[in-house]
Order: sequence, then C-alpha cells, then structure tokens
Amino acid sequence: MKVFVPRDAAAISVGADDVARAIQAEAAARGIELQLVRNGSRGLLWLEPFVEVETPSGRIGYGPVAAEDVPGLFAAGFAEGGDHALRHGRPEEIPYLARQQRLTFARCGITDPLSLDDYEAHDGLRGLRAALAMEPAAIVETVVASGLRGRGGAGFPTGIKWRTVLQAQADRKYIVCNADEGDSGTFADRMIMEGDPFLLVEGMIIAGIATGATKGFIYIRSEYPHAVAAMNAAIDIAYQRRVLGPSVLDSGKRFDLEVRVGAGAYICGEETSLLESLEGKRGMVRPKPPLPALKGLFGRPTVINNVLSLTSVPIILDKGAAFYAEYGTGRSRGTQPLQLAGNVKRGGLIEVAFGLTLRELIEEFGGGTASGRPFRAVQVGGPLGAYFPESLLDTPLDYESMAAKKGMLGHGGVVVFDDRVDLAVQARFAMEFCAIESCGKCTPCRIGSTRGAETIDKIIANRDTGGRELGRNLTLIEDLCETMLDGSLCALGGLTPYPVLSALTHFPDDFDRAPAPAQAAE
Amino acid sequence: MPEYRGWDAEVARDVIASHGATEGPLLPILHDLQSIFGHVPREAVPLLADALNLSRAEVHGVITFYHDFRAEPAGRHVLKLCQAEACQSMGARDLAEHLRRRLDIGLHETTADGRITVEPVYCLGNCACAPAALADGQLVGRIDAKRLDRLVDAMEAGR
Repeated sequence: MKVFVPRDAAAISVGADDVARAIQAEAAARGIELQLVRNGSRGLLWLEPFVEVETPSGRIGYGPVAAEDVPGLFAAGFAEGGDHALRHGRPEEIPYLARQQRLTFARCGITDPLSLDDYEAHDGLRGLRAALAMEPAAIVETVVASGLRGRGGAGFPTGIKWRTVLQAQADRKYIVCNADEGDSGTFADRMIMEGDPFLLVEGMIIAGIATGATKGFIYIRSEYPHAVAAMNAAIDIAYQRRVLGPSVLDSGKRFDLEVRVGAGAYICGEETSLLESLEGKRGMVRPKPPLPALKGLFGRPTVINNVLSLTSVPIILDKGAAFYAEYGTGRSRGTQPLQLAGNVKRGGLIEVAFGLTLRELIEEFGGGTASGRPFRAVQVGGPLGAYFPESLLDTPLDYESMAAKKGMLGHGGVVVFDDRVDLAVQARFAMEFCAIESCGKCTPCRIGSTRGAETIDKIIANRDTGGRELGRNLTLIEDLCETMLDGSLCALGGLTPYPVLSALTHFPDDFDRAPAPAQAAE
Repeated sequence: MPEYRGWDAEVARDVIASHGATEGPLLPILHDLQSIFGHVPREAVPLLADALNLSRAEVHGVITFYHDFRAEPAGRHVLKLCQAEACQSMGARDLAEHLRRRLDIGLHETTADGRITVEPVYCLGNCACAPAALADGQLVGRIDAKRLDRLVDAMEAGR
C-alpha cells in the first residue's frame, strides 16, 4: 500500500506528522505492507492534512485527516480508496485543482520532493538539458521572449536582468535567489521549496549557465526552517548526482549553490538589502544605480530573482518561450501562483494564467469567508498592498489591472477579511509594520512611519467625536503618504501608503468621514 | 525545548574558525553562536570583530539590526505568535490578548519565573491555516484560544 502524507510545513502545522505515525501504526497492526511517501502539498490547504492512497484507478485523496480518523479510514477500506466522509476522490478532479494551470507547481504534491529520480520521471531536468545545448545568449533571449516578469512583486522582465548580467564583464558573477518571502498572505515560495526543491536548483543552474555565473545563493528567511532543510537536502543530492558542482551534468560547466538563512528582517526581501545581508552587514537598502546586475553581491554582476521567477525558468527552456507566453493577458505573460489566505473557507495555492478576477478567486475558489460572515475587504500583495472593497472585486489579477486601481499584485498573496475588520486599525498596522521593519536609511520611511502610526492613533481617538482635529489629521496623513510615496528609497516606505490610502479611499466610514465627493464640497 | 550552554570563548572561537572559507560569514556565525548559547553573548563581539577585521561597532550594529539575534537569553520556552494580516483576519489580536490575560505578560516579555517568552512574528507562511504560531520552534496552525492554552499548559508542565 502506497500512501502520501505531505511534509509541507502547513500540513505539519495541523498534524500531518501525527497522521503519518498513526497510518504507520495502523498498517503495522493490520499487517499491511506500507510505503509512506512524504510528498509536497497539493495546495488544497483547507484540506490539510490531505492524505492520498495509490489505487489501480489512480490516487484517491482524503482530508482533512486527523490522527484519530486513521483507524476509521482503514476500517472503511482506505487502502483500496474506500468510501468515507473525508474522501474527495481523485485530487486532479477536485474542481479547485482541475481549474488551475499548473506550470511551476506541476509536480508539487505529486512527487517525493527529495527523489531526483522521481523529479526526472516527471519531466525534471529537461529544461537544464535543453539549456546546456544552447548558447548563453540564446537561453537569455528565450527567457526574454517568454515575457516572464519578476514574481517577487516588482514585475521587472527577468530576461532583461539576465541580459545585463551576461553582457557585464567580471572575474565572478553570482545568482542570488530571493527566498525572503515575508509578505503576510504569501507562501508559494515556501511550498515550492518544500514540495519541489530540485525545480529551484534547476532554475538557478540555468540562470548561471545563461549569464556566466558559477555561484548561487538562496537567501531563505529564518521563519522557514522546513524550506531550509528541504533545500539543503536537495542541494546535497544534486551534488552527489553531479547536477551541481564542477561539471553540471558532465557539461564541463561549473555551478555551486549554497543556502543562507535570514535573521528576521522583512526589509531583506528588498533586493539590495538582501545583498547587504548576504555580505554579512546590516540589511540597509542601497541606492540604485548601480544596479545589482552590474554591481551586486560583493560588487560583482548579480542576477537576483524571486523563487517563483527562477522556478518558472525550467519549463520555459523545456517547452519554449511561445508555450509559456501563450498563457496570460496583455503584458502579464504566463501563470501566477496566487495564494489565497486569511478569513476564507478554502485557502490555498492557485496557479492560473494571469487574468482571473479577485471575485472568481475569493468566491469560486475560496467559497467566501471562513467565518461565514459577510466579506468586507481584501488585501492583495502583502503588507504593502492595497485594501480593496467589494466594488473592486471584478479587477483581474494582473500587473497592469491592479496598478490601474492603485493596487498591486505583488507576490500574489490575497488576504480576505470579514465585516469585523476595522480599516483604520489596519491602516495603523501598515504604518506600525513599516516602523518596525524600516532599515532606517531614508527619512520618509524611518520617521514617516512612526509619525504615521501616531497620526492614525489620533484619528482613531477622534473619529467618534469628529470635529476639526479629525479633519486636520486626515489631511496630515494624506500629505505624509504622499511624501513617503515620492521620497522613499525603496518599496517599503514607498508602498506603505498603499494600504493606508486605499483604506481611506474605500472605507471612509472607518475613519468617520464623509465619502470623497461630499468632503470635496466642504 | 532546546538546551543551551554557558559562555565558552573556546567554543565561540571554534565556531568562528569553522567559517574560514565562508563568503560573508557574519550571519552564519551569529546563527551558530545563538544556536549554541541561546543568544549572542556580548563577550562574542570582540572575538568576531577581531576575526573578521570589523570594528566592534559594526558587529554590534549587525546583531542589533536583525530581530532574530538576542543580546540576552530568552525564557526557557519561546512562543512566537503571528501578528501579521492573514492571522489578524482570523483573530490573532484576540489571541495575543488571551495570552496577556493568562500569563500576565505582553508581547516581547518573559514571565517572571523565566519560563515563557512571548514574541510577535510577522508571517510564518502558514496564512491559509491561520492563525499560526511557533511554539519552541514547532509550527502550529489553525489555533484558537483552546489550542493556545494547551500549548501553554505543555510549557508550564515542563521545566
């Protein structure tokens, strides 16, 4: 009997290890020979722990399984995919998964994350083999033609970065993977590192071959110990199997890869701050120029890409730029792994071509709020993303459409709130978070965030009484937001106004002020 | 619950020496020191400055910049409660208040008996199973006041 119990941190956090032990004990008690695979998560996170059993008619999924459900599952003929209240049938037929277009997450949840043989049997290393047969410039141009844009949040074309590094002359170049996934509501980087770590290894080697870099670093946040362990284990295996090392797949080309662990600083997700941190310094933001592509890690030309950008590369090299570019809409090509979280019934990982609307995501995939109370707000793009009300839910989730509504897609995190949310408190939190995490280099961010939190405190204190004090502080906070937007060195100070201004614009009731048109008449 | 040892300059020197070939070694060394001693003892600062050709101020600056590095030991148990937006949407602020009432300490504080330190953390990447916490390094999801109480009970039952 072959059973799959995810090793994903989210699954473990709700009891997957206990379930795995219970299955082993029950199988032993029944004299059943068990092959237990600790797979990645399928991303149906509301069903975790999601257990699958292999049957002649495919894998059958059960969830959410608690350890105490296990004897009952066996009694119901779980080993043959028998009927049970927790049975969901074949995972790929669950509408939540069936509707997705999984390119980056194609293997996640299906394979054993630490089996290189399993990886290769599911099309792994094909992109790298294709790249090794190409000229570096041809690899770069393939990535350019795919239209892939940085999935970390800024959306800069990945291929253009690579071209700059390829053309730079230096004694050494580096590939740095930004795995400092600090945005609340995001977990795609974590899931792919835990569920398909060889994919990131492959993507980084391709980046190295394409640009002439021979050393890579993966900077993973310390809050992700499971991802750190999975990546280290995958790298060890890749060295043993000569996928990494002095001659990648016997090509004569060198690539070395190392994991580095962050230390709890959100700002290190900003690329220049991350580079400072890798060098062993305070994570202070560097002014640009010089671009990291020309003067990056230790002053050398450096490709710095998000996990999801690098893990999109192997399939582009395997199936071609045109294949990838067929997905998506406008200037947002390919697929985006969205992460649906917070107060939502069915949270999880949803990889789809760009263009799905927020409403389709929250209502059709998510099934509404977890609490069953009315929806009130959604924050898209992490702590620096805008809060949208119900009236903006028909906005498509792509870079340009979100920007047109003064929001951003960011790293694809979507956090749902029910009607108990107080947007003034959320706006204050945005400022407070910026104050906690500011590196301190530029004044608008360092001082502005603290003054912003104080000002919103005054608004909250006065909102029931109204009056001139309230009006003055509302004007002040808008001015302050403008200063931070225009005057900050990086996205932390520069985007913190997004959640604040969107809360003010779309949820004026929470600040006890009349909607915008009425105020203009004052 | 992890066991930590008291300050030992020889151990610290060995850790620093083991990173001789590491590019940008300061953060990896600080992580190693903290995993051994439970914090980064101030006695380590001059050793680091000397070995890495940095000023003591630079080393101090790095240690204090990162939330992870402690200048003082934490309580014997550490409970990190996620206070970021996804967990807020599922009641994380109420959970912090619940802990404050039960343990009589706020975030960033340690109980008077040195047993439990409570800290906020801003995202554990478990946002679809919110609210989340890290109890002595173990990730837990879908917590409510009852599950939180059980975690605290376990910490109070131990040493």
